[in-house]
Amino acid sequence: MSEKVVYLDNNATTRVAPEVLDVMLPFFSERYGNPSSMHSFGGAVGREMREARQALADLLGCESDEIIFTSCGTESDNTAIRSALAAQPEKRHIVTTRVEHPAVLSLCKFLERSQGYRVTYLGVDAEGRLDLKEFEDSLTSDTAIVSIMWANNETGVIFPIPEIARIAHKHGVMMHTDAVQAVGKVDINLRELDVDMLSLSGHKLHAPKGVGALYVRRKLPYRPYLIGGHQEHGRRAGTEATTSIIALGEAARQARAHMADENTRVRALRDKLENGLLAAVPDSRLNGHKIERLPNTANISFKYVEGEAILLLLDQLGIAASSGSACTSGSLEPSHVLRAMGVPFTYAHGSIRFSLSRYTTEAEIDYVVENLPPIIENLRKISPYKRGEADPVDPRKPACSC
Amino acid sequence: MWEYSEIVKEHFLHPKNVGEMKDPTCVGEVGSIACGDALKLFLKIEEGIIKDATFQTFGCASAIASSSALTELVKGKTVDEALKISNKNIATALGGLPKEKMHCSVMGQEALEAAIKQWRGEDVGNVEHSEGEIVCECFGVTDHQILEAVRENDLKTVEDVTYYTKAGGGCAKCHEKIAALIAQARGEAKPKTEEKPAKKLTNVQRMRMIEDVLETEIRPRLQLDGGDVELVDIDGVTVSVAMRGHCVGCPASQATVQGTVERILRDKVDPEITVREA
Repeated sequence: MSEKVVYLDNNATTRVAPEVLDVMLPFFSERYGNPSSMHSFGGAVGREMREARQALADLLGCESDEIIFTSCGTESDNTAIRSALAAQPEKRHIVTTRVEHPAVLSLCKFLERSQGYRVTYLGVDAEGRLDLKEFEDSLTSDTAIVSIMWANNETGVIFPIPEIARIAHKHGVMMHTDAVQAVGKVDINLRELDVDMLSLSGHKLHAPKGVGALYVRRKLPYRPYLIGGHQEHGRRAGTEATTSIIALGEAARQARAHMADENTRVRALRDKLENGLLAAVPDSRLNGHKIERLPNTANISFKYVEGEAILLLLDQLGIAASSGSACTSGSLEPSHVLRAMGVPFTYAHGSIRFSLSRYTTEAEIDYVVENLPPIIENLRKISPYKRGEADPVDPRKPACSC
Repeated sequence: MWEYSEIVKEHFLHPKNVGEMKDPTCVGEVGSIACGDALKLFLKIEEGIIKDATFQTFGCASAIASSSALTELVKGKTVDEALKISNKNIATALGGLPKEKMHCSVMGQEALEAAIKQWRGEDVGNVEHSEGEIVCECFGVTDHQILEAVRENDLKTVEDVTYYTKAGGGCAKCHEKIAALIAQARGEAKPKTEEKPAKKLTNVQRMRMIEDVLETEIRPRLQLDGGDVELVDIDGVTVSVAMRGHCVGCPASQATVQGTVERILRDKVDPEITVREA
């Protein structure tokens, strides 16, 4: 394997920014105080944590007391949905989408299966977009919560959350959004939105793994998930992960400073990668809406070849990406997101997701555009399916249509 | 990330005997693009000996490596010797495969079997499913294939069967059938179905049993597919239900009402029951 790594898997996780690492290091060693302590040794850490909370509030356009620090995006999602249900025990209906992250989707399926909640899973069109009319029609007086992601982790498709939240509130329904992929890439101003709760994750925006946050709008009925001490005003018990929280604060400052860069330079690199590959490789296609999409994500399918094989050959060249193919997950079916979009199986198994960051360089993009097309060509030489032939659909196998 | 052996990596990065053969004696084709992997095996057989073998594969690294190893294994063997090659032999030749990937070696063995069948003039048109009936509709796996995989590899659980044959890896509807096949192949008695009540049920008894069967057997099964059913009314032997979850608006919901709900209720409670959607 070559020495350098061209890391294009930033929707999976990101590197800790050097500025963030600098800020957090002292809290691992000499500044180990507990912010709840009465002495100034601990109190000083509490002060830094308040600043971190303010920095995150500034990024989201909310008040600092509306932020609850958690351990990860999944905890934030679980807390939000369970809180909404616990606060409105008479309501038994949840609205979400078929393309959510498992942190929401698996929880909803669990609540449906074992606790008898009724769940509406909204579908998406071929470009990954929701039908807002269908969404509005799904809301009833029994609906306890709407949980819809801001941006999709696999395709980068952005849902119109301001509009969705407005519709939810029009019907008096609580609104949660999993914004794990959107924070730092999309301009968010919660003061102007009808969003009630928002989840985010530190390690997707150059903070370390193991820290997340949940925004809860002031005066929203709220039921804590972890019960214990008074931390986070009793809304999330457990000694604060001070080091990680302070790191997340710095990451939020950096994200604010780089937001424009993400939407200009990074977007241009992404477009260069995408256009270069689509032009160089016949029978390739973009998955997801071309415009309504995160600036850093490109999900491209290559017909007649399989994603895991592509990833391993890329890995040989030091290129890190991911795939929605069945083989990479250990499950036997391709990504639930691509299936929800109706991406044909001939394409779905050969999907590759590239996700850039502010550390991505043009030289790296050129390297991928140069080296990926021959990989596809070689795999197609091995493949029994060929261009120009009719699509190989075996009528005996309605395969994987469920 | 999968932990592949060095031999798997070598066969994947530098596969042997790739490509279509000009005039093969026979061809074995298994899998489909929808399922995520497919293998086309070409053999040249002269005087009962496999002189040459090539392949084309759509699939992941272990599928390509299994195909490559298979062609190396069969070359120079007599047809009878080749038929003795099991999926285990292929996996061993690769220095082992992750268990989730064992179906790749099974695919190799099946392609070989299919090719040799074609050479012998057996059932040329539909080699793949010539034997047995389809158990897993998602991946088109037959009872014959499942029984063989269980016997050959000493499989014990439904999960094992999925790893080796893919059966049950989709909608999960066939898990019960697979469990029965495992029991059959392992020489164990089929799990006994409950004794049907012999005498005529009273209305109250019937209602209680319907509720019980719905709750413990039917709903959990539908919920696996993201669907659900709710009991609306029971009037004698007529049961009214409402479909919920993914079943709502699913074109197959009528089939689910008749095929699953009614069949199970008839089987477990009273053969005269009819089920309709409220």
